[in-house]
Amino acid sequence: MFGLFDIIGFWIMRFLDESGRVMILFLKTVHFIFRPPFDLRNILKQVEYVGIKSVPVVLITGAFTGMVLALQSYTGFKRFNAEAFVGTVVALSMTRELGPVLSGLMVSGRVGSAMAAELGTMQVTEQIDALYTLAINPIKYLVVPRFLASLIVMPILTAFADVVGILGGYLISVILLGSNPTIYIRRTYDYLDLEDVYIGLFKACIFGMIIATIGCYQGINTRGGAEGVGKGTTNAVVISSLLVLVANYFITALFF
Amino acid sequence: MEEIGPDGKSCRSHDEPMIVIREVHKSFGQNHVLRGVNLEVKCGETMAVIGGSGTGKSVLLKCIIGLLRHDRGEIYVDGQEISHLKEKNWNALLSKFGMVFQRDALFDSITIWENVGFGLRQHTRLPDEEIKAIAIEKLKLVGLENVEDRMPAELSGGMRKRVSLARAIAMEPSIILYDEPTTGLDPIMANVINDLMVRMREKLEVTSIVITHDMESAYHIADHIAMLYQGEIIEVGTPGQIKSSSHEIVRQFIHGEVEGPITKGADFGQEHLTSHRR
Repeated sequence: MFGLFDIIGFWIMRFLDESGRVMILFLKTVHFIFRPPFDLRNILKQVEYVGIKSVPVVLITGAFTGMVLALQSYTGFKRFNAEAFVGTVVALSMTRELGPVLSGLMVSGRVGSAMAAELGTMQVTEQIDALYTLAINPIKYLVVPRFLASLIVMPILTAFADVVGILGGYLISVILLGSNPTIYIRRTYDYLDLEDVYIGLFKACIFGMIIATIGCYQGINTRGGAEGVGKGTTNAVVISSLLVLVANYFITALFF
Repeated sequence: MEEIGPDGKSCRSHDEPMIVIREVHKSFGQNHVLRGVNLEVKCGETMAVIGGSGTGKSVLLKCIIGLLRHDRGEIYVDGQEISHLKEKNWNALLSKFGMVFQRDALFDSITIWENVGFGLRQHTRLPDEEIKAIAIEKLKLVGLENVEDRMPAELSGGMRKRVSLARAIAMEPSIILYDEPTTGLDPIMANVINDLMVRMREKLEVTSIVITHDMESAYHIADHIAMLYQGEIIEVGTPGQIKSSSHEIVRQFIHGEVEGPITKGADFGQEHLTSHRR
């Protein structure tokens, strides 16, 4: 009986402990963003890595999601003669939900894992200690550029995903399902507000911060050689993906 | 903070202590690693800290440079107590230190000269050409030429160690900390590193602390040797004094004997081997 409480207690303590440390890293990162020197070169390098190299992945994800969304909603809407609203559903789902969430998941898989692996390797080979001995704050030098890059890039990637998703839905509806292009665009325009797009982009910013913070946290706190790097990388992807989904719910609920 | 002298070195007399460690304790959870370490390192001297694996040598070194915070006790660096130092003052203090890591800790995504000039690039506004020139000069000082544009992965272990030393001296520190500098090197390369450490002391007049369990190296480079055992310094002396020490633990360690007070009650498989032979 007590054994069970022990285990539950242990996990709760561990959860709170880790959450606290992640929060501290987050706050320190935000603090160091505003402290000079501002290392633009390093930030741009990360923007290239996090952003530009993620574009193909996000485009493919966005396009196919928009396409499948058109097919599926058409199947449903046809049953009560509401085919004309496929465009609305595709546009709303992409901008409010699927654009940011799927971009977030793809980026956490691609970039969050890479951050954890890179910083983790630096940790186990004492490179992070070496930075410290050269009087360079590892958070300022390593975490801030990655954090800023994710924060800048995630909304842009999401916007790309939104656009190709809506485009994919349009092409499937018009070419494959024979919808009237004018009505399709009309229905999209009429019911899609800029606010829907903004909420999606706002979500993307939050996801960007989550991915970078978790990825860097796992990297910096890596212990125990190659095995530790592997664990940290896996944790980074799993935890940041879960947090993206959880945060997504709460942001949606907030703006409901 | 104390003024740094015109020659960039802060200590003027060789009798002044550069680093003083008093009753320093450090625990990790239940594991009480340092149990009241006392040690004094004079200006310009090389102190070798010897001791078995896991006795806390690296922990001590990391406490001195602030990579780890000690739980109790005092550490003075150049007259300044470091336990309650603010982050801003730490950075000033860190400029006095250079550290050579056990696994060399070179930044593997940038070239050799960028590694050596890393601190200069971050802390000064010098143009890249000038930093590169300084890096090349420091590399020459450690006996390396024409490697500046290569990547760390292309160099051998001994060369990487020397690059690590070049990086440590790039900012002209007054104290160099070496964490097992000869571990993992062949005997010839180990001696190259030993000679370099001696040369650094003579040329740059730096104070050094060398963590090692390589006794040859310790005798070769050190003015004083201190033995760390179970979280305490049990003996300090010149290499000659240590060689002729009457302390049982020190004697067992420096001669590498299997039987003795350090290994009392430990089983290294001899039992198993003897029973096997039977």
